[in-house]
Amino acid sequence: MNANASFKTLRLDQVGRDFGAMHALRDLSFEIARGEFVALLGPSGCGKSTALNCIAGLLPTSHGSIWLDDRRIDTLASEDRGFGMVFQNYALFPHMSVRDNVGFGLRMRRVPATQAAPRIERAIATVQLEAQAHKLPGQLSGGQQQRVAIARAIAIDPPLVLMDEPLSNLDAKLRLEMRAEIRRIHQGLGCITIYVTHDQDEALSLADRIVVLRDGAVRQIGTPQELYAKPAHLDIADFMGFRNQLRGTLVQQNAFPANVSVGLQFGDSTLFGFTRETVSGGQAVAAIRPEDMQIVGAGEAGVDAIVDAIEYRGRSFFASAHMKDGQKLYFASADRLELGSVVRLGASPQHVLVYSGA
Amino acid sequence: MSDAPALRTRLAARGFDGITLLVLPAALLIAGLFIYPFAYGLYLSFRPKDGSVFGNYLKFIADPYLYETIGRTLWLALPVTLLNLFFAVPVAFRVRLMHRQRLLTTILVLPITLGTVLVAEGMLNYFGPQGWFMRSLHLIGLANFGSFRLVHNYWGVFISLIITGFPFTFLLTLSYVTGIDPALEQAAATLGARAMERFRAVFLPLLAPGMAITFCLSFVQAYAVFPSAVLLGQASGETRVISIAAYQAAFEQYDYSMASAIAMIMAAVQLVIVTAVLALRALAYRGPAGGGKG
Ligand SMILES: Nc1ncnc2c1ncn2[C@@H]1O[C@H](COP(=O)(O)OP(=O)(O)OP(=O)(O)O)[C@@H](O)[C@H]1O
Ligand SMILES: [Mg+2]
Repeated sequence: MNANASFKTLRLDQVGRDFGAMHALRDLSFEIARGEFVALLGPSGCGKSTALNCIAGLLPTSHGSIWLDDRRIDTLASEDRGFGMVFQNYALFPHMSVRDNVGFGLRMRRVPATQAAPRIERAIATVQLEAQAHKLPGQLSGGQQQRVAIARAIAIDPPLVLMDEPLSNLDAKLRLEMRAEIRRIHQGLGCITIYVTHDQDEALSLADRIVVLRDGAVRQIGTPQELYAKPAHLDIADFMGFRNQLRGTLVQQNAFPANVSVGLQFGDSTLFGFTRETVSGGQAVAAIRPEDMQIVGAGEAGVDAIVDAIEYRGRSFFASAHMKDGQKLYFASADRLELGSVVRLGASPQHVLVYSGA
Repeated sequence: MSDAPALRTRLAARGFDGITLLVLPAALLIAGLFIYPFAYGLYLSFRPKDGSVFGNYLKFIADPYLYETIGRTLWLALPVTLLNLFFAVPVAFRVRLMHRQRLLTTILVLPITLGTVLVAEGMLNYFGPQGWFMRSLHLIGLANFGSFRLVHNYWGVFISLIITGFPFTFLLTLSYVTGIDPALEQAAATLGARAMERFRAVFLPLLAPGMAITFCLSFVQAYAVFPSAVLLGQASGETRVISIAAYQAAFEQYDYSMASAIAMIMAAVQLVIVTAVLALRALAYRGPAGGGKG
């Protein structure tokens, strides 16, 4: 069955899936190398589960093809692909003990019991469930069930592990613990892991590469660092914590080899930043993280704003303010500011990303 | 005003509140229509004409014409029930995946609304000597061996029980089948299980308890066969089922005491079978058929 075991890359070529007239997935194309941990990131309903189910063979594709090296696999039945899948709702077999759940894939592969037993115990030990191995899934907590689902998927030593929001049902603390565990399991297996999530923190902390989906199409593919520092679109910037999005008038634009420096005018003040490609039209949006904005002197580049609210955040204060034209601003401040006071806020140009304003 | 909670609150804490009162009509109805006649029948069965206590029961086990009805009824009810289950499971599995479930379910359920007598009449016309079915068989030369018949014998009753029992069995089975999380099958598939293995290792164990219940209900229904055994079978021969014996005792011999005894025996046989099946069910997994949270 595991004829796929020694492949080098997984490649999706223009994969699409329609439900009636609705395009749940459009022309998905990317390539993943062995050993990579890739996150599929996007808001609810953007087609993440659909993509995963197409790769797992649980949902036929409407067009396009999926390849392991030069072997086409989208025509194979799910049971012939040999991928491990962790389901959004775990899908544990309720009538089998933890041990039997974990051993199910090996039984289906007719692995002799003497060889299967140590592999099952190893998978159970990996997720630290030795003490629960005899229990039925109904007798486990949500976090334990989730770990059984992972153990069951990895017990067959799959070349590809697919996880569909496996941590979405867990509390914040357990989620952090499980993140580390999933990363450790991935490194132990040396396989490809495709991890679906709508939580950018999870994607940033776990993945080697992130595929951002929106409305069934790829918006951006990049490393966590690339996505964090240079989101390709305003909506991704929003996702990545660029909470300030200030609409202004374009006043100057200079193209450098790698990027374009622009100036944006807000009333009588100006901000400078960078953009990936030349912005057309008179309007543009400057995206800035709250922690990258600081109070500057009256003569420096920046925008004037009136402080609306301020709250204590441990190491610093977090303030919201509004500009003369009504746009909201968020920034971190070392001091407790007076409500209603006017401050000038600036940001160094490499932290100001400019996008075309529609 | 005392410190103790009001009577009403105290009663509610013990499970008696306004809603409990709503159970009253149903409880009275059950007592009046079920418990009383049953108790009275039981009492009557021990008051035979000859004045002894167990006279009816002794007579029943001494007379082959009477005790053989048990075997005849079981010989009809058990295979029919098993066959219905056997058909219902795959059909339910298919229907579960269909988009036009409603339409198909309606068609399959139609025989329930027809009633046994109408089905029997239809079968007499269709399978009878002058019916289409037999005439077609004659035309293609398949029914030339003289004694082949599908009515007024065992098979007539058998077929009618299948027709009237299947929808019932099917509907129950469908509800159990749809209660199984489809993600379980997908999970089994990703782990390498083929369709047959998925059915055997995942569906069957989860379905077994429901199948036991379905079996009991379908069996009890088939065991009480009366109209079709009379209309489509041989009421004095191979389909002389136990309800016919009871009927004859009551309305041909006017021996209500004997009829009650036969009814009690009938109930006892059902009880034995149902208890046996439920005991087997107790050995199977009976928890929820979902795969986890969410
Ligand atoms: N069986 C189906 N029939 C019709 N439309 C479907 C079906 N399954 C999914 N869709 C649609 O396809 C789109 C993508 O669904 P999908 O389940 O992939 O979303 P998702 O990104 O996994 O969302 P979530 O984060 O909420 O799980 C949705 O708009 C959904 O309504
Ligand atoms: Mg999903």
